[in-house]
Amino acid sequence: MTEQEHIQKTSTEKADEASSIELVANAAKNEQLKNDLDNLLDEIDEVLEDNAEEFVRNYVQKGGE
Amino acid sequence: MAIAKVLGIETEYGITGGPDGDPITASSILVNAFARNGEINVNWDFGDESPANDARHMPLLTSVAPMIESHLANTVLTNGARFYVDHAHPEYSSPECRTPLSGLLYDRAGEDVLLHAVRLANASSLDSPPITVYKNNSDGKGNSYGTHENYLVKREIPFPEIVRAIAPHLLSRQVILGAGKVGYETEYFDDLSPRFQLAQRSEFFEELVGLETTLKRPIVNTRDEPHGDPERFRRLHVIIGDANMSEVATFVKLGSTALLLAVLEDRGVEVFPAMPKTPVRAVRAFGTDLTLRQGQESVDGRSRSAWDYQDELWTLAHRYVAGGDGAAVATEAELQLLLTQWREMLDGVRDNPESVADRVDWVAKLRLLNGFQNRHGLRDDDPRLRAIDIQYHDIRPDKSLARRAGLRTLLTPEAIGEAFHKPPTDTRAYFRGRCIDKYPKEIVAANWDSIIFDLGIDPLHRVPMMDPLKGTAELLGDLLDNAATAEELLRALGTL
Repeated sequence: MTEQEHIQKTSTEKADEASSIELVANAAKNEQLKNDLDNLLDEIDEVLEDNAEEFVRNYVQKGGE
Repeated sequence: MAIAKVLGIETEYGITGGPDGDPITASSILVNAFARNGEINVNWDFGDESPANDARHMPLLTSVAPMIESHLANTVLTNGARFYVDHAHPEYSSPECRTPLSGLLYDRAGEDVLLHAVRLANASSLDSPPITVYKNNSDGKGNSYGTHENYLVKREIPFPEIVRAIAPHLLSRQVILGAGKVGYETEYFDDLSPRFQLAQRSEFFEELVGLETTLKRPIVNTRDEPHGDPERFRRLHVIIGDANMSEVATFVKLGSTALLLAVLEDRGVEVFPAMPKTPVRAVRAFGTDLTLRQGQESVDGRSRSAWDYQDELWTLAHRYVAGGDGAAVATEAELQLLLTQWREMLDGVRDNPESVADRVDWVAKLRLLNGFQNRHGLRDDDPRLRAIDIQYHDIRPDKSLARRAGLRTLLTPEAIGEAFHKPPTDTRAYFRGRCIDKYPKEIVAANWDSIIFDLGIDPLHRVPMMDPLKGTAELLGDLLDNAATAEELLRALGTL
């Protein structure tokens, strides 16, 4: 391996390493977002108006402006 | 030179509950409950003083039956805002604000005004169904109510140029600023029957230009009521926006629109992208296009999606600010925040919606809807989805889904708390708010452009405020600090 190739390989390895760190970070971020959404949906299950059908039916407004 | 873009938002809240289920009664109860607690005490029009004037420092009046006036309840707040009953809704009109961030602050303080009024009203009438309010714009059954913005514009700009310049923005900004809506509620979509729309309001618009706000709603409203010197000013009354729960969205809504109006004043109408050939069709089609890529033909022959329009308009605004302009709208730092957020929202909705679920209301709402539908395996017409849509806009912290959705904030609770009581310092709202705070007994009526004092000796004294940039803390702060009575104030102003 010439010095030139060595440098190239090292920098490629570094790039690979960087992108794999990025991928791990992205996966962690996605996992985090999914967890956030799961927690959020748990909360919605708790606070959503009990009888949704009646709630929606009774939500009638007069036009405004 | 562009003139200062003094601005503000008027919000009609959806309302349920109250003793007889009548929204006018419930709205009146809210306004009166707030007035009686002494937060505010001044009529909008001539009328008797409220007996609540002396109640400013009393504890909550939980035992007094709310007073229902024969005319609609109407009052002015110490922060310079107006809180009243409009048609069948409680409406909060923010004070005049000098920058988009200030406009956001006073819109947000308005939510707390409503919340406070609801708590007072419900505490004093335990027998009737509790009143609840929603910061949204439609009931899903064909009834829409407004969130209107106001911007100060130079009188010398011909109105057709305003229409030509700003309509493309007003019909395309929903792509990042829409509050989202489950389903549809007008006959225009019977064939398409969209499952979800970007904005609450888009399907209700039927004209490009017009005076109406309740029928045949126009994309550009022509109401010409400047609330200021008509020789110098025009107030552009924008009726097409959604009420936003996202602070960033409210900020970008005010900022982008104000900035483009400043561009019009400084650069002229020719720099703006061409209008769609059929603007009404475009605003509706954009609202149902979740791909964000469907174009509408413009009068210059090009096809543009809502996203394309926003991309062009952002570039126009960015170039204007990069050229050193924009002081008419905000400070350099605020302009940078505005342009950055506007750009990120725009790129986000197209390339990675999840990345802007903390800022774009329709994305945040759709994320909840999709997640909930998948978790419970619901059909598209399940009422729980519609319930989530409504409850997203509930302003009670323990019920609001928007408050749970992880929306990014721009304001501190301390700043909002202060804006609940105190007016902005840099517009005439300062004079109005301070006067109402300091001389409530001597003020019989206040309006956007005047305050009327009654010193107990004839005649009444009217103080005109025809320039929204006069009456600031800088100009009148010392005078207000030093005038112990309304009489001293009027003498110092030279009115007596």
